[in-house]
Amino acid sequence: MQPFRRITSHMVPLPNENVDTDQIIPARFLKVTSKEGLGKVLFYDWRYDAAANAKPGFILNRPEMAAASILLAGNNFGCGSSREHAAWALYDFGFRAVISTSFADIFRNNSLKNGLLPIQVDKAVHEQLFQIVHAQPTAQATVDLESQSVVLPGGGVIGFAIDPFSKQCLLAGVDELGYLLKFREAILAYESRAVP
Amino acid sequence: MKARTLFDKIWESHVVVSEPDCPSVLYVDLHLIHEVTSPQAFQGLRDRKLPVRRPDRTVATVDHIVPTQGQGLPIKDPLASKLVSQLERNCAEFGVPFYTLGDARQGIVHVIGPELGLTQPGMTIVCGDSHTSTHGAFGALAFGIGSSEVEHVLATQCLLQRRPRTFAVRIEGRLQPGVSAKDIILALLSTMGIDGATEHVLEYLGSTIRSLDMEERMTICNMSIEGGARAGMMAPDDTTFQYLSERPLAPKGLAWDKAIACWRALQTEAEARFDKDLTLRADTLEPMITYGTNPGMGVPITGRIPDPDQVGEALKRKALLKALDYMGLQPNQPLLGQPVNAIFIGSCTNSRLSDLRAAARVLKGRKIHPRLRVLIVPGSQAVKASAEGEGLDQVFKESGAEWREPGCSMCIAMNGDELQPGEYCISTSNRNFEGRQGQAGRTFLASPLTAAASAVTGAIADVRTFL
Repeated sequence: MQPFRRITSHMVPLPNENVDTDQIIPARFLKVTSKEGLGKVLFYDWRYDAAANAKPGFILNRPEMAAASILLAGNNFGCGSSREHAAWALYDFGFRAVISTSFADIFRNNSLKNGLLPIQVDKAVHEQLFQIVHAQPTAQATVDLESQSVVLPGGGVIGFAIDPFSKQCLLAGVDELGYLLKFREAILAYESRAVP
Repeated sequence: MKARTLFDKIWESHVVVSEPDCPSVLYVDLHLIHEVTSPQAFQGLRDRKLPVRRPDRTVATVDHIVPTQGQGLPIKDPLASKLVSQLERNCAEFGVPFYTLGDARQGIVHVIGPELGLTQPGMTIVCGDSHTSTHGAFGALAFGIGSSEVEHVLATQCLLQRRPRTFAVRIEGRLQPGVSAKDIILALLSTMGIDGATEHVLEYLGSTIRSLDMEERMTICNMSIEGGARAGMMAPDDTTFQYLSERPLAPKGLAWDKAIACWRALQTEAEARFDKDLTLRADTLEPMITYGTNPGMGVPITGRIPDPDQVGEALKRKALLKALDYMGLQPNQPLLGQPVNAIFIGSCTNSRLSDLRAAARVLKGRKIHPRLRVLIVPGSQAVKASAEGEGLDQVFKESGAEWREPGCSMCIAMNGDELQPGEYCISTSNRNFEGRQGQAGRTFLASPLTAAASAVTGAIADVRTFL
């Protein structure tokens, strides 16, 4: 996992509520044995029509949105299926952070394990961000994990919460399994005490 | 000592390490594996040269991508075939028990765990599948995880977890004829919304729950995730113990007596407090059906589709308009009489013997509407054998329905069983998301009774007129 420190990008607005992981990556694209290369099927059925032509109205098909790394999403993003392919696809496409008012639990966990930062903001801030993007679609925002802040176009700053453990893992680019493996002795002791 | 909930008891007895500012290390008693979310996890073990720590607490099967016809033949889809052979190789290499096609124990992972007796009260159970919440019906803490976490559990038999909050759902009263467990959970979801339980573990309590059999309880716990819940649970009781006493892998003899004594203690104490509370009356429920593109968009079957003009909040109005546009439905339209193209009876929500019996009760001596394609897919080889043992397959075939072999089938449409663009389906599965049952397919979620009644009329029907 690459360390996450600071990113600067314009924000891709996707105001839909309850975007489920079946939309992020439809099930027929899950027949893979690797994590790589799933960006090309991200939001496939929203991006492409039945003849595989790009739908011009979908936000990710606009040329100016192609290089963005911040997704500004609607409430309860990532609900439904546990497929980690959703986080892999977003990351592979180039996203490094998703901002929303709330995230589904499994999606949040999956994102944090793949260098994709879920940033939860309150409703007022959320609306403010959409207004900014609406007024100036390519305005740049900077996400700084160390200071837990998003610097907005025009200089405003909003803070966000993240648990200290996830923050350290993301900053260092370390994966949680390394940490978990350190508890070998404690797990053995637990097993001898509690597990038949 | 503070009064504890069922969740508190299981959580606290499974914490291996708890350090400040860090998630807890939680021990996993049972890890279920399937072909779609595990390949990357096994590869991760290989890359780190790690073994599976407890293959004896790990069980694998194939369900998501298996064909439901001709299971003895080679799988035609090369990608699906590769996932099955990859899982077979992974299980052989790491010593994990594997119930593959042709094995009498194969089936949908959330159907076989309980029916084999692998699923037991008080356990922590995980699987790379969000419907792992099903197993909570036994008084287990069971939840879905991503593939990275599958790798963590394979390597350490543990997970890093933050303690979720608790949410009591009390369901009271006696169900009316024609109303089932599926209608309870669809009604609950329409009440609390699809993020109403995010960051919470649900415990279902109340007289209705106590009156349900284990298969009905599983249907409710199964769809806890559709409310965003981390898990859904029900305290074990005599109904639970009776079910388990007949299962091959449940404890036997003295071990059984000892287990029962422990399991009886898995009750929420009277003084225990939950972070959230909700009560639902079951006696006034009608059969439920969804009209939109998430499982919270449900109404009583005699109801009408909501009017976006009556929705105050802009984003919610937009979501409803988008859903109705996708579904090709109109505001204020009644659901009854809406024609459909297909019926799917199956999935980890409703593919067990009692679900098939319910459908057969309606279909016996009747013919399905000639326009329809009706797929009936048992949840496991054992369910299939039992159903055939009591002649349910004959009832289905005589009605004109297709009787298939076990798998996830048209719930997730990864195996070739799918809707054509624009088709409507009444489905006993758990998700009506856009494209879930096939690209541009349209799903109405309902109970097996409603699905069977609608199979006869060719349109959304009220099963109460059939009983």
